[in-house]
Amino acid sequence: MLEGLLIGLAAAVTPFNLVMVVLGCVIGTLIGMLPGLGPMSIIAIMIPVAIGLGDPTAALILLSGVYYGAIFGGSTSSILLNAPGVAGTVATSFDGYPMARKGQAGKALTIAAIASFAGGTIGAILLMIFAPALSTVALLFHSAEYFALMVVGLSAIAAFAGTGQVGKALMMTILGLMMGTVGEGALSNMPRFTFGIMELQSGFSFITLAMAMFALPEALFLVMNPARAAQGDSGKITGLRISRDEARAIAPVIGRQSLQGFFIGVLPGAGATIASFLGYAVERNIAKGAEQEEFGKGSIKGLAAPETANNAACTGSFVPLLTLGIPGSGTTAILLGALIALNVTPGPRLMTDEPDVFWAVIISMYIGNLVLLVLNLPLIPYIAKILAIPRNYLIPFILFFTLMGSYIGQNNATELLILVGFGVVATLLRFADYPLAPLLIGFILGTMLEDNFARAMQLYQGVGFILERPMTLALLVTAALLVLLPSYRARRARKRAEGVADGD
Amino acid sequence: MALDRWIALAFIALCCVYGYAAFFTMDDSLPPILRRNPIWPSTFPKMLTIAGIIVGMVVLFSPKSAAKADPAKADGVIDLSRLGDYHVGQALALIGLMLGYALTLRPLGFLGSTVLFLVLGAVILGERKLHILIPVAALAAGSIWYLVQEVLGIFLRPWPTFLV
Repeated sequence: MLEGLLIGLAAAVTPFNLVMVVLGCVIGTLIGMLPGLGPMSIIAIMIPVAIGLGDPTAALILLSGVYYGAIFGGSTSSILLNAPGVAGTVATSFDGYPMARKGQAGKALTIAAIASFAGGTIGAILLMIFAPALSTVALLFHSAEYFALMVVGLSAIAAFAGTGQVGKALMMTILGLMMGTVGEGALSNMPRFTFGIMELQSGFSFITLAMAMFALPEALFLVMNPARAAQGDSGKITGLRISRDEARAIAPVIGRQSLQGFFIGVLPGAGATIASFLGYAVERNIAKGAEQEEFGKGSIKGLAAPETANNAACTGSFVPLLTLGIPGSGTTAILLGALIALNVTPGPRLMTDEPDVFWAVIISMYIGNLVLLVLNLPLIPYIAKILAIPRNYLIPFILFFTLMGSYIGQNNATELLILVGFGVVATLLRFADYPLAPLLIGFILGTMLEDNFARAMQLYQGVGFILERPMTLALLVTAALLVLLPSYRARRARKRAEGVADGD
Repeated sequence: MALDRWIALAFIALCCVYGYAAFFTMDDSLPPILRRNPIWPSTFPKMLTIAGIIVGMVVLFSPKSAAKADPAKADGVIDLSRLGDYHVGQALALIGLMLGYALTLRPLGFLGSTVLFLVLGAVILGERKLHILIPVAALAAGSIWYLVQEVLGIFLRPWPTFLV
């Protein structure tokens, strides 16, 4: 591990890469503050730039800087305006916004910055410890297990979608898988489902799809419902310092939530949003009497918990991405796409084949967290001013960047029509409360899933591999349980609720 | 019927079209040598079709879960039952504008169509200070063109086709 760290240090601490970390954090923070542009959209926008760099290490460093910056930027707008730009920072606004209204905006931002820093750094240490272990296990996996593992990943993403949502999430996953089959498959180079349209020959572009799924609907929602981007007076930002007592109060919270957040982040599909809500809930439950009353009215613990947890979870979500090649969230799914475009295949071989990429990313996580802390503390008062950009200017620019993001990659105007078309469909899907991240994850994993399935089928001359390889069978059973359990429990809860209603 | 069920129905219809292509038309062009393979290009799509129809049916027919109102999501989330209160017209106009941008990007060149897009977009949203808006849009379009073309080296045709 020490040797790896040194390799990483050597690769990450070049002037160019350091500039990339700083640049990524700054861009991420600035754009992340704009309500409506979450890490997923920002990373999607930055991908053409990152791919343009050509060097996978630098590109990944830039993108992870953007990722952290975006999460932090999202907390800024949650705290100052109660307008969480990112789902993962919704819980931050529960206590952050009340604090800001009490005139403690500066303190709230400081706590958020420190909690994010601690969560991210502890997460990076855990990643360093657990990733190699996970990747040795992963080396035992063959294509049959990979296929099964991806099925598990996809079902986990659906299963963690929340009660009443499993069916919908599963439907979106399947839609994503179907979209992944459009174009020439690796299996036979036969064009499938192109309906004779030349532009579909190479399949849908994943950047276009990512933009259409996330950035476009969000921008349209902002147009339709101005309250979503409610602009208020950022108020005076004073009193950046936190007292010794306050520091003592939040230290155990940060410790607990870093661990919990990290392990939730590792689970595919859970991610920063669930980690932050769960972190908030757990801390509220274990807080005593008066402190528990404070939650929701400006408790520093209530602010520190989700902030720590979401950053630790972001780091945690890199574990399945880097070691198994399975993205745990929409954001890491986009990162995976970027990596593949840069000719790096994340997976168990990554640590042995390209240790410099792997370790440089981990080192850049430390640097990124440090940069965020150093950069943002003094900048906090100025940062808030960006939110004052009038909506009339903001929205056309968001839309324009969305269009550019998919145009630059392909240099093809048809791509823009596809983007708008999918964007409208995605907006409709969001109206109906369908989660969109599973669709994108399904789309990205689809090709790999099919390739591994095909390889296993060819090796075993049929579906016999499911029974011949116990691990495959176990994984597939797990996947089935993951999908069926939540609906079984929901059914039982419904039955029980009906019973109560009848007066039983 | 709620919108989510209509979408589930549309999804099942999509599965049927997709499945028709996978089951009945795709294998015709398969060379004989590949027919001996245990897996055909249509195998995976066939599996997806079946899974898709089952899941679509489940979503379509499952009873509505008692959705708890989430206080955190209360504002900012669009309530479909009062769609008329929202600026749907503006959203539709912007979608139209994006389509227009896609169609004019080549013939008008990057700079012209981008300035037009940004100005019209802001006008749709209610901006009337054109003396600020136009310089801002021109500056943004120019600097992004410079960034993409000169710094990143990705070709973007700046001027209308007939000028170059």
